[in-house]
Amino acid sequence: MNEIEFKEVSYSSFGKEILKNISVKFEGGAIHTIVGPSGAGKSTLIKLINRLIDPTHGSILIDDVDIKTIDVIDLRRRIGMVFQQPHLFEGTVKENIEYGPMLKGEKNVNVEYYLSIVGLNSEYATRDVKNLSGGEQQRVSIARTLANNPETLLLDEPTSALDPTSTEIVEKLIFNLKEKMNLTIIWITHNMEQAKRIGDYTALLNKGQLIEYDKTYDFFTNPQNEITKLFIQGKLKEEVK
Amino acid sequence: MSVLSLTLASSLVLISIFVSYYQKLGIEKEIVIGTIRAVVQLTIVGYILHYIFAANNVLFTLAMVTLMIVVAGNNASKRGKGIPNVFYFITFSIALSAAITISLLILFGNIHFRPQEVIPVSGMIIGNSMVASGLAVSRLKDEIKNKSEEIEAYLSLGATSRQAAQKVIKTAIKTGMIPTVDSMKTLGIVQLPGMMTGLILGGVDPIDAVKYQIMVTFMLASTVAISCFTVTFLTYRTFFTKQHQLRQAF
Repeated sequence: MNEIEFKEVSYSSFGKEILKNISVKFEGGAIHTIVGPSGAGKSTLIKLINRLIDPTHGSILIDDVDIKTIDVIDLRRRIGMVFQQPHLFEGTVKENIEYGPMLKGEKNVNVEYYLSIVGLNSEYATRDVKNLSGGEQQRVSIARTLANNPETLLLDEPTSALDPTSTEIVEKLIFNLKEKMNLTIIWITHNMEQAKRIGDYTALLNKGQLIEYDKTYDFFTNPQNEITKLFIQGKLKEEVK
Repeated sequence: MSVLSLTLASSLVLISIFVSYYQKLGIEKEIVIGTIRAVVQLTIVGYILHYIFAANNVLFTLAMVTLMIVVAGNNASKRGKGIPNVFYFITFSIALSAAITISLLILFGNIHFRPQEVIPVSGMIIGNSMVASGLAVSRLKDEIKNKSEEIEAYLSLGATSRQAAQKVIKTAIKTGMIPTVDSMKTLGIVQLPGMMTGLILGGVDPIDAVKYQIMVTFMLASTVAISCFTVTFLTYRTFFTKQHQLRQAF
């Protein structure tokens, strides 16, 4: 169970400020959904947590330890990430699931176990990833991430390319993972209904700023910020420029 | 060959100018400039080589080879525009492939360290190295740009930069080597290579010319492999930070 804290974090790239002075504490063992319009800095925010990028200012702590003091490879093994596109590697499902553990020198990875977690039977192990549907690919991608036994999961719109049935499967799967494995999950979504369904907490990012962060129920029923109200009404893009 | 017959042969260039004009390709000017440059450059090189061959001096020979390497490195580095230090990476790769291949050829007794042998053979090595390393760097840059998310997927699973880039490294090396490997497959059937043609035109028995050409084929296979491997491994690192992060696009 990881508590993740952002302390006055800013991030700029090529002179453009993408995240501005973010301070927030994500409680461990909960699902935190991040919502906001395109270009708000949501993906940048989660890439900072597993150090795919580093902040230009401020610090990020995991259980009160600055992530810069942790070996970056170890950090990434503790913090799994699932992308919008599954980005499965060429080969079989088994080879994909074994990839992370093999890097650590682990042999005899229990591929069937990880497939069962994501609701796929053991016959999938030998299948070529090219022959899987979009939903199956995303589930394999989640299984591949879980095979590293992460304590935190970062999900960058994992269901945005999926049909409603696959989306429901993935949502249930992530919810069960949180319950069973007590994972800290940060989930980026464009879909407010999804945030309501899945999030224990919800944060709104707009133009690189954290506008509001609250328990999901309170966020949607009693927003404190005018920008949040506009976002919930679906007017943010039009109203705030 | 007399100067007159060479001048008459230059009329062949008119055909390409006519095709460009007829098809409105708009490259007539480039053809004329290219032709003039080729004539001037080759004439100058002819005189320089004439002098160097006559002098038979080790330093002059090495200076000529060094100049060829630097010019080739400069030309090939245009394909990796924007990549820091790409000129040095490519030039070093070309130099290394030339040094290893020439040394082995001398060691095996295929050629002798004489300007008449070292300079033309170096020219072939450096020319092929230039094309191959330019292609490899260009492909590496494109692959990293197009597959940045996939590379980040590898990194997020705990892969090092080297492990995350393995696939694009392989693709880049292969891209640089493929033209040479392909041309090896059709040698003598589709094309009679320059060196062999030159020897035959110069009156050498085709069997002897073939021996030289086989040596050149082996030599080029080694050259492109060394230069593509070296330049790709030197260059891919510039796309990553020490913390195994993919840098933003160059």
